[in-house]
Amino acid sequence: MRKRSLIPIFYILFLMLPIYWLVTMSFKTTNDILAGFSLFPETFTLDNYRVIFTDPTWYWGYINSIIYVSLNTVISICVALPAAYAFSRYRFLGDKQLFFWLLTNRMAPAAVFALPFFQLYSSVGLFDTHLAVALAHCLFNIPLAVWILEGFMGGVPKELDETAYVDGYSFPRFFVTIFLPTIKAGVGVAAFFCFMFSWVELLLAKTLTAVDAKPIAATMTKTASSAGYELGLLAAAGTLTIIPGAIVIYFVRNYIAKGFALGRV
Amino acid sequence: MKTENQKAWFFVLPVLFLVAFNALVPIMTVVNYSVQETFGNNLFFWQGLDWFEQILRSERFHAALGRQFLFTGLILAIEIPLGIIIALSMPRRGIWVPVCLVLMALPMLIPWNVVGAMWNIFTLPKIGMMGYFINDVLGVHYDMTQDPLAAWITIIVMDVWHWTSLVVLLCYAGLVSIPDAYYQAAKIDGASPWKVFRYIQLPKMKTVLTIAILLRFMDSFNIYTEPFVLTGGGPGNSTTLLSIDLVKIALGQFDLGPAAAMSLIYFAITLLVSWLFYTLMTKDDNK
Repeated sequence: MRKRSLIPIFYILFLMLPIYWLVTMSFKTTNDILAGFSLFPETFTLDNYRVIFTDPTWYWGYINSIIYVSLNTVISICVALPAAYAFSRYRFLGDKQLFFWLLTNRMAPAAVFALPFFQLYSSVGLFDTHLAVALAHCLFNIPLAVWILEGFMGGVPKELDETAYVDGYSFPRFFVTIFLPTIKAGVGVAAFFCFMFSWVELLLAKTLTAVDAKPIAATMTKTASSAGYELGLLAAAGTLTIIPGAIVIYFVRNYIAKGFALGRV
Repeated sequence: MKTENQKAWFFVLPVLFLVAFNALVPIMTVVNYSVQETFGNNLFFWQGLDWFEQILRSERFHAALGRQFLFTGLILAIEIPLGIIIALSMPRRGIWVPVCLVLMALPMLIPWNVVGAMWNIFTLPKIGMMGYFINDVLGVHYDMTQDPLAAWITIIVMDVWHWTSLVVLLCYAGLVSIPDAYYQAAKIDGASPWKVFRYIQLPKMKTVLTIAILLRFMDSFNIYTEPFVLTGGGPGNSTTLLSIDLVKIALGQFDLGPAAAMSLIYFAITLLVSWLFYTLMTKDDNK
């Protein structure tokens, strides 16, 4: 047993090295970074973080990202719930084809669709709004949410639904008060995946925004100027992008650990 | 098992509407571009299937497609077994479970361009941790901006670092769902660890493995931001994967027609391979 736990330990060490490197770099000045390799910052500085927290274009980047990511997660989960229920409980015309078609939308190369997306969202007057990015990210998040939720719902025995109807529950009341709590772990896992994929996606987010809804990852390209990269600032901004995600994982960690066990998966 | 109910369509309508809005309109635009030629001023001329023919014959496309299959093949060959091994050796209960899961999920939460930029600096000789270690401590020459092999190793290691956790999380979830009774029965029968894996753990992981393999295939086949930020497709064209080549044509040279034709071919290949995976892996369920 002891020997076996070495594998995850080594793996986690391998994962942490670049992250440790990024974090130490964020406490160095750019000149220090360029001077050569060192394991710890020689002259510890918080200047990089000061820039980010005092310059509105920087901190608004974070706020914009968080707004559209949250919007996307809420929209994706709300529409995926009934659809996943239909897929897991009923047979209907074209259900299998529809399910696979949903999946295919994850395969669309975003690099190509960026330009048509820009035209589409400009023509409906949503360009440079948080809603545009939130809706665009639905393209790949809804299929995934439906897929995951369907797996969890399939694990709930059908007798639960039938008992509730016998007891005189209406469908909406059954869904909200009985069914949702049973699969809340699944909702947690699905929400986590939606959050994650929307948070890290950049190409569409960058294409659909200019100023008002510009995501943090796009703001970061600012660190490259004619004088070269401001590595310290880049590292500090990068470090800060990990934090919201880490907070979300912290809250859903029990769902991820135990959650899947409840589902059919 | 499932009841027939056509009204279930109403539950699916919102999803259908939202996804179709995002998927159909852009696809139609791309199809439009792929059969037309433009000389600017929004004037379009019917071009037929010339672009498709041109792309299918071009050596540049074949080379990029070859690199793409090599990349995706290597990624799946490394990440899937590695993910299974790590998931099998993870603790099943206790305080270390959430610690492991949270730490392992961290790389996935870093925006893709940050991942690329971070690995770029990480592997630089002299100032990057990995570059310094390989060059100065091990004494092996390693510079991904000059050596294609080093560039390939770097993008593979970066992707393994970034995405193996997804396989681990999904497989772990599948493993946790196996009731203890199965293991006890196997113990009484005196089953070897390999047999336990082959006849209990692997079948129970099948659904999640399907998700993991499909997701890893789709995402690695469409990968753009990370390798672009890391190597920019270089040195030379050695790491120019399909989507990088596509963006070079579409935005660099602004050849919308060929780019659109290429992306439709690209999409069709992704679709075909995913469909093959999907049917092969869900074959037994439909019987």
